[in-house]
Amino acid sequence: MWKGRDVISIRDFKKEDIEHVLKTAERLERELKDEGALKYAGGKILATLFFEPSTRTRLSFESAMHRLGGSVIGFSEASSTSVKKGESLRDTIKTVEQYSDVIVIRHPEEGAARLAAEVADIPVINAGDGSNQHPTQTLLDLYTIKRTFGRIDGLKIGLLGDLKYGRTVHSLSEALTHYDVELYLISPELLRMPKHIVEELRDKGVKIYETSDLESVIPELDVLYATRIQKERFPDEQEYLKVKGSYVITLDLLKNAKESLKIMHPLPRVDEIHPSVDASKHAIYFRQVFSGVPVRMALLGLTLGVVE
Amino acid sequence: MSELKVTAIKEGTVIDHIPAGKGLKVIQILKLDKLNGGALLLAANVHSKKLGKKDIVKIEGRFLSEEEVNKIALIAPSATVNIVREYKVAEKFQVEIPSEIVGILRCANPNCVSNHEYTTPKFYVISKEPLKVRCHYCERTMEEKEILANL
Repeated sequence: MWKGRDVISIRDFKKEDIEHVLKTAERLERELKDEGALKYAGGKILATLFFEPSTRTRLSFESAMHRLGGSVIGFSEASSTSVKKGESLRDTIKTVEQYSDVIVIRHPEEGAARLAAEVADIPVINAGDGSNQHPTQTLLDLYTIKRTFGRIDGLKIGLLGDLKYGRTVHSLSEALTHYDVELYLISPELLRMPKHIVEELRDKGVKIYETSDLESVIPELDVLYATRIQKERFPDEQEYLKVKGSYVITLDLLKNAKESLKIMHPLPRVDEIHPSVDASKHAIYFRQVFSGVPVRMALLGLTLGVVE
Repeated sequence: MSELKVTAIKEGTVIDHIPAGKGLKVIQILKLDKLNGGALLLAANVHSKKLGKKDIVKIEGRFLSEEEVNKIALIAPSATVNIVREYKVAEKFQVEIPSEIVGILRCANPNCVSNHEYTTPKFYVISKEPLKVRCHYCERTMEEKEILANL
């Protein structure tokens, strides 16, 4: 049952749930292309509560709701709301649910979306809670892979960059345990995937290779998922500069890649991928951005109960 | 000999089979050192068939509630609790680490919403040995050391 369901953590998703979202997104993408505007969510209101700024996530949720024929209310920073006056998250949610049919929330504290879902009677979708979860990003990542390759099973997927703190790669690798994939974890020593996550992945039967050498594994990969390395993670700037330089994806680096290699990135990027790569057949990160709309349409439609 | 040790109080609770060295922590966590009245006894490094060595805590005049027993289970999963009445063991049960820990443990993550908003902290036990729990809200895992510091 999807009607009324909350979308808080990728942990709450079974494989059949993921597959259902991906199928629904594909169907809605096709319908949108054929018919232009859809009317599934006519008369429904989405409230977007962004206690932290975001470009892509908020705009794609709003775009998704409009494309479904619904309307949107909300705020994009906490400073213009009662939160500034000291209102609790509980009270904000209890208030907003009187005005809307579904809530999308981004909040700097981990667990905020879970709490919001407990407080609200209407469905709540997590658009990022601190450094914890961002499940709709993971679903759109899976959707992008599936739409590009026609499958997820059997692929060799490289996760590159900050694997220690990056919530996107944690959630994505967690979701990929439902599929038969090989994971290449490529990061500087300092930013390796936490041991407990690697163990969890291995326990679930995922084949894992850990390395710090991007160049040597490039020829193996079907997908290279790059992430931003944040300067503030490094105790010393020299270390940062050394690492930063070794993970810039350039056309030269891609000479040994498979023809079919696809490069993904959750964006925003800083300089992990050289702009000259954008025009190559490998780049699908803007297509990935596009995927955000049909996937979020599917999630809004399913949780509202207006799409089967 | 060991029977005597368990039943030497008239009314109260005897916590047996505490892993050696954890007896003092049991006392601290249950705040037994702040008891008024009844005697509190700690036997440390007692020979045990099951554990090799064990600690025993005896609390006179007080019966432990289930919530308190859960707290013990987190640091001494092998412990048995004896409720003593009129020098006899009236009830005896093994403490068990519950699959969910509700209300007695705080999340170690300072940025967890449970440390900022009105909530009842809740954790899922993902491993009993070594002890590991996951926060219902922020999904961070805590290991034994952090758990003990946040009880």
